[in-house]
Amino acid sequence: MTALLKCSALTCRFGGVVALDRVDFAAAEGEIVGLIGPNGSGKTTLFNVITGIYRAQEGTVTFAGTDVTGARPQAIYRAGITRTFQRSRMCLPLSVFDNIMVGNHKRLSHGLVFNLLRRSAFAAEFEQSFAEARALMHIFSPRLAERIDEPVAGLPMIDRRRIEICRALISRPRLLLLDEPSAGMTHEETRELMDDILLVRERTAGLTIVIIEHEMGVIERITGSCVVLNYGRKISEGTFAAVAGDRQVQEAYLGVA
Amino acid sequence: MTSSSPLPALAFAAVMIVYGIAFLGAERERAVGALIVAAAAGVALAARFGLLAKVRASIDANERTFDAAVIAGVIIAALWFHEEHFVLLMLTTALLLMVAALGLTVQFGYAGVVNFAGAAFLGIGCYTAAVLTNYTSVPPLLILPLGGIAAALIGSILILPVLRTRGHYAALVTIAFGILFKTFIEVNDALGGPQGMRVGSFTLAGWAFNDPIRIGTFEASFYFSYVFVALVLLILAFALVRRLERSWIGLSMDAIRLDEVASACYGLDIARWKVLAFTLGNVLAGCAGALYGHVLGFIAPNNFTFGDSLILVSIILLGGIGNPWGVAVAAAFVVILPEKFQVIQEYRFALYAGLVILVLLFRPEGLLPRRLRQYPGRRLGARAAKAP
Repeated sequence: MTALLKCSALTCRFGGVVALDRVDFAAAEGEIVGLIGPNGSGKTTLFNVITGIYRAQEGTVTFAGTDVTGARPQAIYRAGITRTFQRSRMCLPLSVFDNIMVGNHKRLSHGLVFNLLRRSAFAAEFEQSFAEARALMHIFSPRLAERIDEPVAGLPMIDRRRIEICRALISRPRLLLLDEPSAGMTHEETRELMDDILLVRERTAGLTIVIIEHEMGVIERITGSCVVLNYGRKISEGTFAAVAGDRQVQEAYLGVA
Repeated sequence: MTSSSPLPALAFAAVMIVYGIAFLGAERERAVGALIVAAAAGVALAARFGLLAKVRASIDANERTFDAAVIAGVIIAALWFHEEHFVLLMLTTALLLMVAALGLTVQFGYAGVVNFAGAAFLGIGCYTAAVLTNYTSVPPLLILPLGGIAAALIGSILILPVLRTRGHYAALVTIAFGILFKTFIEVNDALGGPQGMRVGSFTLAGWAFNDPIRIGTFEASFYFSYVFVALVLLILAFALVRRLERSWIGLSMDAIRLDEVASACYGLDIARWKVLAFTLGNVLAGCAGALYGHVLGFIAPNNFTFGDSLILVSIILLGGIGNPWGVAVAAAFVVILPEKFQVIQEYRFALYAGLVILVLLFRPEGLLPRRLRQYPGRRLGARAAKAP
């Protein structure tokens, strides 16, 4: 199996703090990879390096055979990697539809003439995007799809997460990075959201997902393999059962039984 | 539901026209005070009985009709006061400040680019008109867009510092620019120095606007024709800003204002949208300024102080950041009120400051808060309102 995403020996330092220490990480096409580890172990930093928000001092990131090390976030998105954020980053005053369209940026026309003067062409593009956004939301929650015209600020956390994932999926990426999608939700809500994610994955052939998660039940249920980080270092990898049995992982993160 | 009937919108427009004419014509301070109290009471009562919601739904459903009614209202007001120099000057000034404030709306309201040098960009337009009428024979109709282009070009000096700074620092950069502009004019004798500069008359197809108008028995002030040019400029600016907002460009500008990191992760080029918003806003201010120069006939550096820039900012804060109609209401208010209350003329900055503080405290989104984006052919929110 060839890796869609491959990070080699990534090192990212903030002053004296080594957030990532020669981390190797790979995700095969179509796989769901879990990224786990205690708080501050470098999971989100790894996402930020992959998506171009931070620059790694050493190491390389390869995506679909192309070297994307140090590329700007905009280029990473265009290459086909999208993400959600640990602390949900939505445009709260804007409508659900507007928020999802932010994620659709690369597929929309941004010319001045198109947007200001060719209004019927614009209206056609709008109608098509609207139908797509609605259809995508429908997979997650038909009830939420009815609220596509409402401001995001009025929606509960679980719905905001769903919309954030819709925003990440609308441009049909090849790789989706989910940064703790269950943060701030109940067990029941988390289960619902994971069902949604699995459902969406079923319908989008070949979507690869990397998920950061603290709920081990979720990781066990949906991931094919896992990578465990501790103090910026990779300490274990393999199936969940294998890493859960790893002595080092138990000491660093899961706790010794 | 009768939300599609244009009647409430038209009735509202009619009331506004009558009220506007009464307000413009009121001479005694007591009458002006009574009109303000009546407006406050009227709005409160209309809200109490659900009339405002009806009017709003009707305006939403019949936008073009309402636009036309408002334009007709300005024309009726101009005809009504066709001999009154001062009233027509006030009206023209209000229309032109609306254009400049619409420019600020694009910058500040959409893309989140602060600009505390609005008056300087207005001034660049004015001085462009002055220089071109004094030293060249460029036709005035061309001077208006040239004023906009000059403002955009000179404003482009600011693009790098504005892109590299955030928040207070970006504000300071623009404040510094405003002060530099005024100083530059003051020390520059070719531009009239502190004494100022004359601006030639606006002409259209050989007809000089500064000559009084006499058609048969109809006589009108020379400001009469300026009202119409200003109105055309405002209509163009309003259409531009509204279309911009209801497009993917408006969405991109909102997104970078609200969250730069998330926007970058979704491919939005932060600099591109900020530069576009800043440039478009300056073009609007510059065009308005070029015509304003013609209207005033004589301009001096003191017309374009930091205080005047603050007035432009207070217009968008009062009206509702990002809402073009809010800008219209607030600009009319800010221009006309101090002229009507001569007693407060001296204290008008104190009045604006007080008003802005009150609005920010009690109605932080302005008198007419911005609403969700409406796309062509679809009224967002309309269907949500219909749902049981």
